[in-house]
Amino acid sequence: MSDATIVLIVLAAGTYLFKSAAPLVLGARPLPVRIGRLVELLPAALLAALAVVSTLADGSSIVVDARLAGLVAAGVALWRHAPFVVVIVVAAAATALVRLAS
Amino acid sequence: MDQRGPQPEDRHGHGEPGGGDEHERRVANDERAVRRAIHRQAASITAAVAPFGVVFGAAAATAGLSLLQAVGYSVLVFGGSSQFAAVEILGDGGSAASAAVAGLLLNVRSLAFGIIMAPALAGSVWRRAAMSQLMIDESTAVGSAQADARWRRYGYLVAGLGVFVVWNLTTVVGHVAFSGAGDLIDDLGLDAAGPAAFLALLWPRLASAAQRRTALAGAVIALALVPVSPPGVPILAAMAGVLFAGVQRGGRP
Repeated sequence: MSDATIVLIVLAAGTYLFKSAAPLVLGARPLPVRIGRLVELLPAALLAALAVVSTLADGSSIVVDARLAGLVAAGVALWRHAPFVVVIVVAAAATALVRLAS
Repeated sequence: MDQRGPQPEDRHGHGEPGGGDEHERRVANDERAVRRAIHRQAASITAAVAPFGVVFGAAAATAGLSLLQAVGYSVLVFGGSSQFAAVEILGDGGSAASAAVAGLLLNVRSLAFGIIMAPALAGSVWRRAAMSQLMIDESTAVGSAQADARWRRYGYLVAGLGVFVVWNLTTVVGHVAFSGAGDLIDDLGLDAAGPAAFLALLWPRLASAAQRRTALAGAVIALALVPVSPPGVPILAAMAGVLFAGVQRGGRP
């Protein structure tokens, strides 16, 4: 068996454990109120983290590049109540333009 | 499955006797609007994923993986950044152990996604087991942005299935046809689409002070950890951002 296949099996199995742990163990039963309130806040922490890390991280270093222009443009579009699709297009266009100019 | 037309009555069997018509119609309209909004979010985020699938397919080919192996990663692992990491390490001659560990570290965050989505993913054990394979950034982002359990589950499934299909098709295309897809992503600014989508899904939450504090704390924690921890860990650690929400007595945050 090649290395790529061994890694595939190990990575797929481990990843599936991570993905399925909560849905299989916790199920859809309602959480205690206090914990439920924290879980209701989790998406905000995660979405914010995903947004900044996918904008500013390059491996293990922090890099400011054209992606930041895209995120700022997206923020402006959202502030002006632009629809979801427009926000995405504006972000990509801003990033592309900054790259073109630099 | 997209446009089933005006037949949402089958899910809403609580029409009161008499005078329910107007109410039913309003519910039907609301339902259609919510469903359309979810489809738009899912479509945008799925489209944003496509170029990265092509790049993954091309990277896998470059690293010497067969088409079957490349698609195996996209079907069985189904976690973009971990697939890239594993394949790149293998391509650079790294050991199988280091490739697997790097990939797994990137996917620990799925644990957090599972905790967020679990309450909405009702169903038999088998059903939950099957739905879990779709537990990725995009499906969690779209799902958790919806207001109640039913729509969370719907958003999760639509975005998850959409990305699953597109990710695998584009993996094949990239493996067979492309090698310069990375340049295309840069030229068109497509690497900004992901961050923008995450921000757009976060946006409505920022109306609440507790959510704002949580988001800010999550972002700061994640950024602070980027230089000092393996990729993937910062996103998981950002969960601790909820501790900064501030205690709210009574009422939902």
